[in-house]
Amino acid sequence: MTSEYLILSAVLFCIGVGGVLIRRNPLVIFMSIELMLNAANLALVTFARARGDLGGQAGAFFVMVCAAAEVVVGLAIIVTVFRSKRSIDIDDMTLLSGAPGAEGGSLA
Amino acid sequence: MLSLDIIAMQAPVIFQVSWLLIAVPLLVAAVLLLVGDHANGVAPLLGVAGVAIPLGLAVTLLVTMLNLGEQSRAVTVSLYEWMSFVGGGVSFALLIDQLSILFVLLITGVGTLIFIYSCGYMADDPGRRRFFALMNLFIAAMLVLVLADSYLLLFVGWEGVGLASYLLIGFWQHKVSASLAAKKAFMVNKVGDLGLFAAIALMFTQFGSSDFHAVNARMDSSGSVVPVIMGFTLLLAALAKSAQVPLHTWLLDAMEGPTPVSALIHAATMVTAGIYLIVRSHAIFALAPSASLTVTIVGAVTIFVGAWIGATKDDIKKVLAASTMSQLGYLMVAAGLGPVGAAFAIFHLLAHGVFKANLFLGAGSVMHATGGETDMRVFGRLRRVLPWTCLAFFCGYLAIIGFPLTSGFYSKDHIIAAAFEQSMVTGVALAVGAALTALYMTRLWLLTFFGASRWDEDVKPHESSSIMVFPLVILGLASLGGGVALNAWIQGWLQPAIGNDVIAAPLIELTWQSEVAFGAVTLGVLTGWLLYRRPLAVQPSATTNPLVRAGANELGLNQAIDALIVRPGWALTSAVGAVETHVIEAGIDGIGSCATRASQQLHRMQGGNVRSYAGVVVIGTVIVVAALVIGIWL
Repeated sequence: MTSEYLILSAVLFCIGVGGVLIRRNPLVIFMSIELMLNAANLALVTFARARGDLGGQAGAFFVMVCAAAEVVVGLAIIVTVFRSKRSIDIDDMTLLSGAPGAEGGSLA
Repeated sequence: MLSLDIIAMQAPVIFQVSWLLIAVPLLVAAVLLLVGDHANGVAPLLGVAGVAIPLGLAVTLLVTMLNLGEQSRAVTVSLYEWMSFVGGGVSFALLIDQLSILFVLLITGVGTLIFIYSCGYMADDPGRRRFFALMNLFIAAMLVLVLADSYLLLFVGWEGVGLASYLLIGFWQHKVSASLAAKKAFMVNKVGDLGLFAAIALMFTQFGSSDFHAVNARMDSSGSVVPVIMGFTLLLAALAKSAQVPLHTWLLDAMEGPTPVSALIHAATMVTAGIYLIVRSHAIFALAPSASLTVTIVGAVTIFVGAWIGATKDDIKKVLAASTMSQLGYLMVAAGLGPVGAAFAIFHLLAHGVFKANLFLGAGSVMHATGGETDMRVFGRLRRVLPWTCLAFFCGYLAIIGFPLTSGFYSKDHIIAAAFEQSMVTGVALAVGAALTALYMTRLWLLTFFGASRWDEDVKPHESSSIMVFPLVILGLASLGGGVALNAWIQGWLQPAIGNDVIAAPLIELTWQSEVAFGAVTLGVLTGWLLYRRPLAVQPSATTNPLVRAGANELGLNQAIDALIVRPGWALTSAVGAVETHVIEAGIDGIGSCATRASQQLHRMQGGNVRSYAGVVVIGTVIVVAALVIGIWL
């Protein structure tokens, strides 16, 4: 039983990774990240059950709390970016390169 | 050393202040150089004082030495410990003996007259303060050279006179030719300096000391190789300083300096330092016959080369410079003959110092009269306008050709006789040299003072002022009478210092050698008279005689040295420069540009694209996981 759950967890994780790398919409990227986190949760609870230990279950709860908090902060950032740029295409957000003019418009 | 110190303590007090000989001109030079233009007015007076005071001291020293016994005449005056090291040390000590006092008298005596002459000659020169300062620097360095009691201290003076010579040849530094000549003299002399340096290094490794006494004393037990090496390295030093073939090329160019400089440094004193070195090192050359023989050969070759060049040049100063070379060749031959010739080398050196200074100052007076002209082809008939110069010059002329009873007659005849005794070849070479000397000096004499006047109409020759004529007359009289005064006395005087043979030297002696020498001189004078008695054309056509052209071209030795040493040297430096540019610099530039290009490539990864960052993170994770998995499997 355990290995099937783990395989499912790995598949979900890979789908999440693929979504992060391929998609350009930050909302979808957030969803993909959620998928990866929940794949990890699945692996945690699987191991907890296999070992008869509640530590893994508790870890999963912590992950869920963090994920919720992260989504809140992330959505706030996305909204702010959209307000100033009228676009939320992830490939337009290249300010971190440090090169002047790398960004189409100025944030100010 | 101990016994010498005792001698020094017992010696008269005058020896204890002998350091003033060097200190006075050095102080004058320092004052004139440091005080600046405020001292312009007193420069001639101070300058003459800087050499006249040592002259007075030297005369006092000579008189004192004459009153002492022969054994206590040589005194070492130890001034202070110069440097000390494990196993020895070098003291700053002056050696006053029969040899060095004669040099001191020559330097300060002729020096004083030349300084007085310079007061007139340089009166209108804006740089005369610098002139007198440098001349005093030269006097101080030359006195260090001849008074040193060790080769190391001698080396200090040796470099000092080289520096002063450089500065004075290039005195008129606005002339490109003068600064080039100064550079040439300095560089050629550096070759000789290396020889002296090597000899001193060898003395320290072999004997642990460079004192004359220590070196002479330990020479006998030094084996057979060391004296030969020392002899040849010292000879190299003497070659450059005394302008002997093949290191003579600087002397003719050195005539770019003011004429008093040529008279003092490049005729009377500095160029004789090489002869002094060889005579002082008689103990070394006595054990190295091959080196002595080379000295003689070099001297004989230089007599010829100098006379040949002198007979063909039209520049009056260059003729005299070539003549100096030639006369220094006589000194070299005499020094190379060993004990039979050493005293005559010094005798002729003193005589030559006096009459050549006289001739140079006479030439300077002629130049002064004709507005700085040196080309003999535009002189002629100057005896009418320069009677005193002409008369004094005539005394020097008689002395240099060796006219009977003049100083050159005694000193040169002794050398020729000694050369005949050593070998027929050397003797004949010297006799031919004497004939050539008479030829070129007769040419100079006739072209300058006789015949029709060939100077331009706007040149108004005039006799020099009395301050310039006075030294000329004194030197002229000394040229005539000096030989008679020194002839009988000098051998016995020098004997304790340089170990020469003492032979009878009567004032009039008819041997076959002296007859040969006199015959050669007569032949030379007659040839010169026959060739140059006719009035010269005002604009003589260029000669086609190959012998004359070769001589005027200095036998192509400048070109030969250029081709053999200077050009390869330039090629070497440009090759090194090319290696520097194309290998070392290019390598360092390459490292820099490689780093720049690598950073440009790395920079692309940091494009600000979030998804490529995420991709890199994923790739990194995959690699780490893969490594863990492989690690577990293995």
